[in-house]
Amino acid sequence: MSDYILEMRGITKVFPGVKALENVNLKVRRGDIHAICGENGAGKSTLMKVLSGVYPYGTYDGEIYYEGKECRFTGIHDSEKLGIVIIHQELALVPMLSIAENMFLGNEQATGGMINWSVTRKRAHDLLRKVGLREDPDTLVTNIGTGKQQLVEIAKALAKDVKLLILDEPTASLSERDSQALLDLLLEFKTQGMTSIMISHKLNEIKRVADQITVIRDGQSIETMEREDVTEDRIVTSMVGRTLENRYPHRTPKIGETMFELKNWSVHHPIHPERQIIKNVNLTVRKGEVVGIAGLMGAGRTELAMSVFGRTYGVNITGEVFLHGKKADTSTVGKAVKAGLAYATEDRKVYGLNLIDHIKHNVTIANLPGVSSKAGVIDDMHELKVANEYRRKTNIRSSSVYQITGNLSGGNQQKVVLSKWLFADPDVLILDEPTRGIDVGAKYEIYTIINQLASDGKGIMIISSEMPELLGICDRIYVLNEGRIVGEMEAAEASQEKIMRAIVRGHAREEQLEAAS
Amino acid sequence: MTTETATPTVNAAKASARDAIKANVREYGLIIALIAIMIFFQIMTKGVLFYPVNLTNIVLQNSYIIVMALGMLLVIVAGHIDLSVGSVAGFIGGAAAVLMVDYGFNPFIAAVLCIALGAVIGGVQGYFVAYMKIPSFIVTLAGMLVFKGLLLWLLSGRSLGPFPVEFQMLSAGFIPDFIGPWTLVAPTLNANGGPTPGTGIVLHATTLLIGIIIVALMLFFALKSRRNRESHGYEAEPFGFFIVKNVVMAAIIMFLMYKFASYKGLPNVLIVMAILIAGFVFLTKRMTFGRRIYAMGGNIKAAALSGIMTERLTFYIFSIMGALAGLAGLIYAARLNQATPKAGLGMELDVIAAVFVGGASAMGGIGEVAGAVIGAFIMGVMNNGMGIMGINIDWQQVIKGLVLLGAVAFDLYNKKKA
Repeated sequence: MSDYILEMRGITKVFPGVKALENVNLKVRRGDIHAICGENGAGKSTLMKVLSGVYPYGTYDGEIYYEGKECRFTGIHDSEKLGIVIIHQELALVPMLSIAENMFLGNEQATGGMINWSVTRKRAHDLLRKVGLREDPDTLVTNIGTGKQQLVEIAKALAKDVKLLILDEPTASLSERDSQALLDLLLEFKTQGMTSIMISHKLNEIKRVADQITVIRDGQSIETMEREDVTEDRIVTSMVGRTLENRYPHRTPKIGETMFELKNWSVHHPIHPERQIIKNVNLTVRKGEVVGIAGLMGAGRTELAMSVFGRTYGVNITGEVFLHGKKADTSTVGKAVKAGLAYATEDRKVYGLNLIDHIKHNVTIANLPGVSSKAGVIDDMHELKVANEYRRKTNIRSSSVYQITGNLSGGNQQKVVLSKWLFADPDVLILDEPTRGIDVGAKYEIYTIINQLASDGKGIMIISSEMPELLGICDRIYVLNEGRIVGEMEAAEASQEKIMRAIVRGHAREEQLEAAS
Repeated sequence: MTTETATPTVNAAKASARDAIKANVREYGLIIALIAIMIFFQIMTKGVLFYPVNLTNIVLQNSYIIVMALGMLLVIVAGHIDLSVGSVAGFIGGAAAVLMVDYGFNPFIAAVLCIALGAVIGGVQGYFVAYMKIPSFIVTLAGMLVFKGLLLWLLSGRSLGPFPVEFQMLSAGFIPDFIGPWTLVAPTLNANGGPTPGTGIVLHATTLLIGIIIVALMLFFALKSRRNRESHGYEAEPFGFFIVKNVVMAAIIMFLMYKFASYKGLPNVLIVMAILIAGFVFLTKRMTFGRRIYAMGGNIKAAALSGIMTERLTFYIFSIMGALAGLAGLIYAARLNQATPKAGLGMELDVIAAVFVGGASAMGGIGEVAGAVIGAFIMGVMNNGMGIMGINIDWQQVIKGLVLLGAVAFDLYNKKKA
């Protein structure tokens, strides 16, 4: 047997009009964690779909050797039979089924069509322990968080006797802590001899766990490097094909008077109104300032933003919003927009875009009066001009403004969401995880847009789980923990340690408060 | 991730004729299908289909379906369904009969009241869908049962008629010939000195004039919009293609107008329909109201977070649907010249079928007014053609069902390929 568990040779995959992969070569050593990185649209996911048989043999050119034998998969079943399991970026769990049911979906512990529940539970229990998840196998998936769901996916893969585990951006929607746990788990599997392929954008993660890194750019494999040779600069240079001196574009802040102020803001959980989700939050955003909201998953950052923006989250909301020193009514989305607020959501596919419509209609939807007469008649030419203008401004890469947004890459979708809110011309923009799941190059472009907005005199509030990002682009950072502001610092004086310390102190204080009450 | 192309080509070279045809095949595919079906039945019925009197009949037979299909398109694009429209139409027809026949209301006032009642009925159902968040399928299924029952109660099981003559004119009348008939070939005289039906060519001149005006307006707006695009520096379809397309459209319109003119002219109800169709095309294509419906149907969460009042919008859509169901009920009652306890039965299925044949998506967010109208005519022409051919009602149903399934399957197949 060779050292290589997998070899893909000269893979070329053509879609109508687009060459997604061109002569890609990939060699994965047995027992390694092999990282694949590349910009969005580079072809990473396509390559993995070729490998797992989603695109069956015959629809691509090239050869796949697994365990030294050539493989011609006709579907995902064939690859799974050999122990190649792929965990997709978007989790494929059924929310209203239990953990155990999900783990054995399509692979049921059954004889003659009758499910053996005691075996199912027993095996689920064992596998859950293996991935370090302490949950009852009968718990519904909808009742556990994203981090735990990811672990269920991995347990599901283990249930299929996985030999080669492929993870497509496994930490994209995980908090810092869950991500670390997941990476530790991968390292542990490695000691047990499992091979993994990990697609990731996060360079620090890659550096931490990967033994070899293959970079893919524009559908071609650029290079494969050993762990020892890896530097962040080298990966980035090879990914984007040019050197990015700085991952965060420079901006000289010109900060003016206070624009947005939140006073004594409290919000309760919509289903369990006795639970207070946001606790007496006070914060300000000044003109030309980029303010970050740091915090762990579940700290209440999105809930805070949504409760302010048209009360789209929560009940029993108390507190006041001030814009330009005057009390503002933001009780509906319409009123919030009129008052000068905009909120670009965390999940652009679910909450941000009409994916079956084209760019033009998506850009103008939050400000239709801006392209129509008083009577509500849309000026088609004006709308087209606006859409083209914002497409250029935010550098959306598409064939035209008539491209369906569902076919765009994550980075370009995010630019459409930004365009939509820029056209609504707000004074204060709240951006919730604006760079989640998008590649380094597109991130840089998003940061550039944010900088441009700040220098145009807008106030910007950024919610992000990536602390280096907050430190890189913000002027000031608030730390939110369990619904309470537990720290505020100038970005120049802030560091990841300081933020984490504020969170830990916040936890301790919260426990004291609970004990006292 | 893979379908992205990186080069912007907005102001690139003018589109070639082939691209233009490709881009238009989908858009005009339905019209072409309708024409093909008409030609097929023209041959199968040995030329009866295109008899002026039969064309007029097709319009009259399908008018109430088309009126409701307009509202149903909004409902379906918004991501909902309305199963109650047949029952509501029947109920409103009954209410109109009670008002006019039993209580002697002025037909015009009674009609306005009835349409308003339809809007209220739609609004109430819309309230339950929009604000109480009950799935529209359930709300309107309940509505279907309720109004079917209320119609029986209202008419106590009898048929009620006849209607005042003015009201009958809604469905049985034709526009007056202001310019006077235009005799191309004098008809042969019969024994009494009157013209023999079916001889000579006497044309309804006003109808022809209206046809000419419509064609002129169509060409004017097509040219204007083309100029507008060009003056803003955007590509327009090749001039040759543009000419051919418009000449073909103009020829079709004039051909139909000529057919109508050689019978009794344009039916009143066609004028009502034409105004409504034009209004709804404008509403969906050019007005913010329409745009918001598509946005809501495409992704209701994103629409709500973009400041669209999704609940109110849903409420309005169902109110409009109710008003149109009311109008359709009036047209149907006027056509039969009586209200019957069975009026409207199963009509909702024809209406929904028309919208789906017309290319609307059951998931919401996709669908066009023109498509729904053509879809209704496709089903209507098939009804009419198969009727003339003497195909039994049982097989008619089977064929219509297969056409519905086939049309939607073909549409989905095309979309996947694109």
